[in-house]
Amino acid sequence: MNNDSDDSRPSPEAMLKLAQAEEAQADRGKLKIFLGYAAGVGKTFSMLSAARQRKREGRDVVAAYVESHGRDETDALLAGLETMPKLRLDYQGVPLFELDLDAVLTRHPQIALVDELAHTNAPGSRHEKRWQDVQELLTAGIDVYTTVNVQHFESLNDVVEKVTGVVVRETVPDNLLDLAAEIQLVDIPPDELLERLSEGKIYIPEQAARAMEKFFQPGNLIALRELSLRRAASRVDDQMRSYMEARAIPGPRTVAERLLVCISGSPFGEKLMRTTRRLADEMKAPWHAVYIETPDTGRFSRENRKQIWRDLRLAESMGATVASVTAATVAEAVAEYAGRHNITKIVVGKPTRPRWRELLRPPIVDQIIRASGEIDVYVVSMNPGERRTATQQRRQLRTIPWAGHAAAMILVAGATLLCSLVQPFFSPTNMVMFYLLAVVLAAVRLGLQPAVFTAFLGVLAFDFFFVPPVFTLVVADTEYLLTFLVFLTVGLVISSQVARSRERAEALRLREVQTASLYYLSRDLAGAADLVAITGAVLRNIRESLKAEIVIFLADGEQLKIISASENLDLLDLKERAVADWTFRNHQEAGFGTATLGSADLLYLPLKTSANILGVLGVRMTDPADYNSQQHRLLLDAFAGQTAMALERVRFSQQAEQAQILQARENLERALLNSISHDLRTPLASITGALSSLRDQEGLDETARTELLATACEEAARLNRFVGNLLDMTRLEAGAVRLKYTPCDVEELIGCALSVLDPRLGKREIAVRLPPDLPLVMLDMGCMIQVLVNLLDNSLKYSPQDQPIGINARTDREWLVMEIIDHGPGVAEADLERIFDKFHRVPAPEGARGTGLGLSICKGFVQAHGGTINAAITPGGGLTVTIRLPLAPPPQTEGSTHG
Amino acid sequence: MDETKPGDHPPRILVVDDEAAIRRLLATVLESSGFVVHPAENGSLGLAAAAAVRPDLILLDLGLPDLDGVEVIKRLREWSPAPIIVLSVREREDDKVAALDAGADDYLTKPFGVPELLARIRVSLRRVVDQAPEPVFHSGELEVDLARRLVLVAGQEVQLTPTEYEILRLMVTHAGRVLTHRQLLSRIWGSSHLEQPHVLRVNISNLRHKIERDPSRPTVLLTESGVGYRLRADP
Repeated sequence: MNNDSDDSRPSPEAMLKLAQAEEAQADRGKLKIFLGYAAGVGKTFSMLSAARQRKREGRDVVAAYVESHGRDETDALLAGLETMPKLRLDYQGVPLFELDLDAVLTRHPQIALVDELAHTNAPGSRHEKRWQDVQELLTAGIDVYTTVNVQHFESLNDVVEKVTGVVVRETVPDNLLDLAAEIQLVDIPPDELLERLSEGKIYIPEQAARAMEKFFQPGNLIALRELSLRRAASRVDDQMRSYMEARAIPGPRTVAERLLVCISGSPFGEKLMRTTRRLADEMKAPWHAVYIETPDTGRFSRENRKQIWRDLRLAESMGATVASVTAATVAEAVAEYAGRHNITKIVVGKPTRPRWRELLRPPIVDQIIRASGEIDVYVVSMNPGERRTATQQRRQLRTIPWAGHAAAMILVAGATLLCSLVQPFFSPTNMVMFYLLAVVLAAVRLGLQPAVFTAFLGVLAFDFFFVPPVFTLVVADTEYLLTFLVFLTVGLVISSQVARSRERAEALRLREVQTASLYYLSRDLAGAADLVAITGAVLRNIRESLKAEIVIFLADGEQLKIISASENLDLLDLKERAVADWTFRNHQEAGFGTATLGSADLLYLPLKTSANILGVLGVRMTDPADYNSQQHRLLLDAFAGQTAMALERVRFSQQAEQAQILQARENLERALLNSISHDLRTPLASITGALSSLRDQEGLDETARTELLATACEEAARLNRFVGNLLDMTRLEAGAVRLKYTPCDVEELIGCALSVLDPRLGKREIAVRLPPDLPLVMLDMGCMIQVLVNLLDNSLKYSPQDQPIGINARTDREWLVMEIIDHGPGVAEADLERIFDKFHRVPAPEGARGTGLGLSICKGFVQAHGGTINAAITPGGGLTVTIRLPLAPPPQTEGSTHG
Repeated sequence: MDETKPGDHPPRILVVDDEAAIRRLLATVLESSGFVVHPAENGSLGLAAAAAVRPDLILLDLGLPDLDGVEVIKRLREWSPAPIIVLSVREREDDKVAALDAGADDYLTKPFGVPELLARIRVSLRRVVDQAPEPVFHSGELEVDLARRLVLVAGQEVQLTPTEYEILRLMVTHAGRVLTHRQLLSRIWGSSHLEQPHVLRVNISNLRHKIERDPSRPTVLLTESGVGYRLRADP
């Protein structure tokens, strides 16, 4: 953390900073700022000259938005460059022309020229400000050349106002200047500028003519020029410093200063922050802006809370580290924060409250000075004229707890009653204890103000009722004055202490609630194994702890899809979706309560982990003020982070599962390929062998020739069967089996199957047993013939020649039951299920070769009929395959389609 | 081969098939059996050749590149009575039925054996030669005397219902050739029964039980799965 280490190696922190900066630069576009101090110094001209130079060097340069203001020299420079058309927006009937951000992103040049960085976009644009457009271009990896005048920088805003009297409304965050890869100062002497102005060479918009007149005073110009020169110089200094830091070049080092400013939503907050930023710049020190949430702030108005939120944003944009701390008192929290972050200087505003109020409570400045120990405290003066406009003024909601005060009166009345009861036995000084008890009770139960009220009321009551002369406020014995004083002091101390501990407990409770809700979410997420469970947990937890409705988008390829949403949010219009989309593409929050696309109804937060963006969380708070509540936003951010991590975890496990499925499919495909190559090549080899020997081999006798021919014919038939199976399998796989149901005579069906196998049956006994009254059955005859052929083929192959094959058929209620019974070696019990799997081959006797397809085709066809197929062991050995088919075809449209 | 020849010339066969290997095989096989073969490689060339050559029989592949096979049959049937035998693969049963219903005489499923092909050709050519069937038909143990309406199996008379007899008579007059379900239904019961295939199944089943030795392995009244029935003719 310190720069005062003696060894000359670069500190790890410096290296990290450099690495991060370089990394961030790697895929981001580079920003070059042409910095001037007034209109007409030639920023646009310089930018265009530089752009032309780049173009000559072969870079892809595009003028994304350049205002020539009709100046010939500018036009001439622009002529050689590709100019993007501007986006026309009609605002209240007036056409406004803006940078066409999407067009530039699509065009994706290497360098885009964007004039007037500080410009405020027309309503309806994506971003409020042009510098946000520029940031998006940079994020997309496009280098940007842009122009800006020094007075537009956030931290110089008030200085400029003071110097020139002109309020500059269009501001640019300072860190943009820090992020710029290069800053080119465009400078001409003020005399020359004024000369150009008098020659009419400077474009001044009509509506700003008066303001500009004020602006172009020699004194102003000199001051502004100095500002711009100093800004550029400090930038060079910065670069030098970070270079030396990173390379560990010893040099004059500044003491590590750290500044802290508190934000309270006060009307002077903005000035305080600008002052702090300037101080920090001069000291080359980092600065922190802290908002301290105390029990008091709970009574802040909604407007005030919004102001705090705006101030924190402003501080962030001026490069501050922003934090929000919950504590009992401001002074303690400031001191503690300062101690923890090695703060060396605290900046506070000079109090503006009337003096009499300071008597009641010391000003926070004093408290801080007292609590801050060695830390310097800078007190900045506040000119009441610099207050914000009325709408932005702090309005503290002063709810006077009337009920509390009424209760306090009752307490005092009770104490008085008790005292009157015990009066005969106690001396009056001891009766004070009852009143003290009342104060304690009030402090514990009712809060600070009623307790203080009780203390005062107690003194009065005691004086009135019990201090002689009674029933007057006159005190006869001056000793009682001491009693009063001590009682009052003790009462006030007790009140404040009790109240403070109460408030501290309340603050703790709030923290506790937050921690608990985070804990519940993380617990629920840890238990969630799939997407549905995760989104359910997120939905439930955010609804419970934030009273908010949410919608979760997840990335589906390049698209965002709504995965889950609260009831009222499942239908989002295109505009909302576009905002969500923007958040997704830019990995940044957008929508309501942010500076980007703030007109949206919902707030959108990116669901991102360190490596990936997984989706977007859309939030609608029940109370719009909650959007600006630091507490809510922190909690939301934490929720979004947790959700993203859980989603990523599920995605990883899904990917692993997918990989497994792919592996299984790959195995199956390999088996298929093996089977096909084996089953196609084997018969082909036999046929080729037989035919080639018939053609080329001389001296074959008649028997050999007959044998070879028979082999070739048989193998060709086998090949044909295999191709048929393969086709059936493909049709089944593709879901292209269209069953053609016809009324079918089972005997005929069996006959057809047997006639197909006729050449191979030889003398084998086939025992067909059919009841005489077997009805016609609706089925696809072609498919069922194939099923029987495959089953019989199997039986023929696996059972010995002299064993009969039985074919039985009967009806069983609504089913036709067919059995194919053989007396071969059968199949192991464990394999009975698996023989219908694709490419499952039972170890076959010598010569019996199967494709491993036949039975799985049977299964496919039977199932397509709505039937079942099972294998069992034939009593006495062998395999019995049972097919059950519904007598009536399953209800289908047109009765023919099936997958 | 001792072929029955219409007129004096050897029978001319037009082979329409887009596969050169099949054309070559058929040319070799058929020419060695005494036929004159005219090959055509697609539907339009086939139609042109049919008009020019006036073949005695046409072997037509259904899967032609240019024209639908059924379309070719329809156009041929507009003017030519020559028997058409359709060649097709198993997966296109519907095409076969459509071809037969459009006027083709018979079909063969690829791959086919040459003896089977020659037998079919002979049967179809015979139809052209003598329209009137022989008065007494023999196939295996079955003997049908159409003149006397007498059906004998292994010399024993068999009693048939009128419908069964009608079916058998129709099949005898087309012996050796396939009759589609549609053809049978419309000729026996009339076109109103076209959508009631079960009456045909039941009658065929009954008929088999009367004329076949083992009805589950018929040898005379054969099923052409998905297409129709064929009565085996003694060669």
